[in-house]
Amino acid sequence: MSLLELPLIAQASQVDTGDTAWMLVSTALVLLMTIGLGIFYAGLVRSKNTLNTFMMCIAAMAVAMVTWALVGYSLAFDGEGSLIGGFEYFAMQGVDFIPREGTTIPHLVFFAFQATFCIITTALVSGAVVERMRFGAFLVFATLWSVLVYAVLAHWAFGGGWLISGGTLDFAGGVPVEMGSGFSALAAALVVGARKDYGRQALLPHNAVFVLLGAGLLWFGWFGFNGGSGFSTGDASVLAFVNTLLTPACALITWFILDLIRGRKVTAIGAATAIIVGCVLITPAGGYVSPGWAMVLGFLGALPCYAMIVWRPRTRVDETLDVLAAHGVAGFTGILFIGLVAQANWNGISDGLLYGNAAQLWDQVLAAVAAPAYAFIATYVLLRVIGAVMPLRATEHDEAIGMDFAYHGEEAYATGEGAILVAPDADGEVLVADPG
Amino acid sequence: MKLVIGIVRPEKANDVLEALYRAEVRGVSMSRVQGHGGELDRVETYRGTTVKMGLSEKVRFEVAVSDSFVQATVDALCEGARTGEVGDGKIFVVPLEQAVRIRTGETDQSAVTPVVK
Repeated sequence: MSLLELPLIAQASQVDTGDTAWMLVSTALVLLMTIGLGIFYAGLVRSKNTLNTFMMCIAAMAVAMVTWALVGYSLAFDGEGSLIGGFEYFAMQGVDFIPREGTTIPHLVFFAFQATFCIITTALVSGAVVERMRFGAFLVFATLWSVLVYAVLAHWAFGGGWLISGGTLDFAGGVPVEMGSGFSALAAALVVGARKDYGRQALLPHNAVFVLLGAGLLWFGWFGFNGGSGFSTGDASVLAFVNTLLTPACALITWFILDLIRGRKVTAIGAATAIIVGCVLITPAGGYVSPGWAMVLGFLGALPCYAMIVWRPRTRVDETLDVLAAHGVAGFTGILFIGLVAQANWNGISDGLLYGNAAQLWDQVLAAVAAPAYAFIATYVLLRVIGAVMPLRATEHDEAIGMDFAYHGEEAYATGEGAILVAPDADGEVLVADPG
Repeated sequence: MKLVIGIVRPEKANDVLEALYRAEVRGVSMSRVQGHGGELDRVETYRGTTVKMGLSEKVRFEVAVSDSFVQATVDALCEGARTGEVGDGKIFVVPLEQAVRIRTGETDQSAVTPVVK
């Protein structure tokens, strides 16, 4: 390597204004995804849990952003350690305007873009535990998970860890974001346990329009998520951007057909799910596969996710909002797909099995085994430890009256009828209802 | 013929329906109502505005039954709706003067007897 030669260093530290402008926009787009996810999740739960579900996503914005700035970013992106990074960037020391090696954007922009990934991934996991996990316990969980699980997987796949240095291709986060959240969600659902009425009563989505709106906002934001993961306006970003248009459209068509076969009707919530599945499928593969293969990925990759979504509610595992099916299984499928159909003449890096490079498939298999295993085991242990210190679950009473009132003292659809104003200065006036 | 009115917690509505079904009581109306029955006020805060919610959400069941079904209906409502906390609700049984099934024009006893297919 001739990286120590002076002209190359000068080259590497050159900020490109076009790239920087796009990455600033991408960062904002990815942050919007967490709000989109909040709307999507809020629509899928019962009305009495709307705010709590949304607030778990908002909480991730607070908690994961701070942990990322303090230690997460450093552990993920400092150094070439095989399992974990270092503490060089602790509390954002040395994160300034000079671009990281190999990028043309200020280090601060790179940091911010990656921060939004940590935020949405932490928010994604909440889908497994909504409607019954204590809000306080979730805050503790999100704090620790964003560092112990997300930052570690991000280091493996993006930050110089053993997967990326071994040759695994993961364009925008099949490993840390999709498999990381999906298999952590499964562990979280198992440790926290099912909602008290799960399997006994129908627990239905309370607002399908929210679900569609949230899915639309997620798709919109995903253009920053995938389109920004080339850290430039170069070929890889353009390819990923266009593939983010194609794959979800194809996944939608497959979903329509499967819905028609199964129930003779095309469902709206199914369509919203298909959009997300399509976006997830193309997340790892975006900058590595041709547009034609991206369409194939949408058509075929939706099949295992659909199967999982149909099968999971028949089990006793209350992985409530199907994070495993929509993110875990789709991320797994996308990661493996790269190993089959990557084309060096599209990505400039590597071919897959169909183009004569079987070794790439092996690198992808490694990621598809290691990431789920680490995410599941680490989350399982983490929640068991937190559960030993504090209760993870709301009381049955709180679960019955709804998490919105129990943890936030608000209702999503308050009418104000019968509400009596409490004078702000008369604090003796305030009666706190005994939560039983 | 009696009209049995049960006002219960919304979160127990499904349990009540289940209990009524098991008691073989068919033909139920249900509506969402707001009421106050001596339970503690819920305090909610919206930005700077703190309010006591004087009325709580309840679900109101109305079941028109022949006299022989009154006790079974009342028992099912109690069984399904009871938590033991203040705010479980009330049951009122009132005489019913007339009942008409709109489709057939049947009246009274036959109007409140479920159709057997």
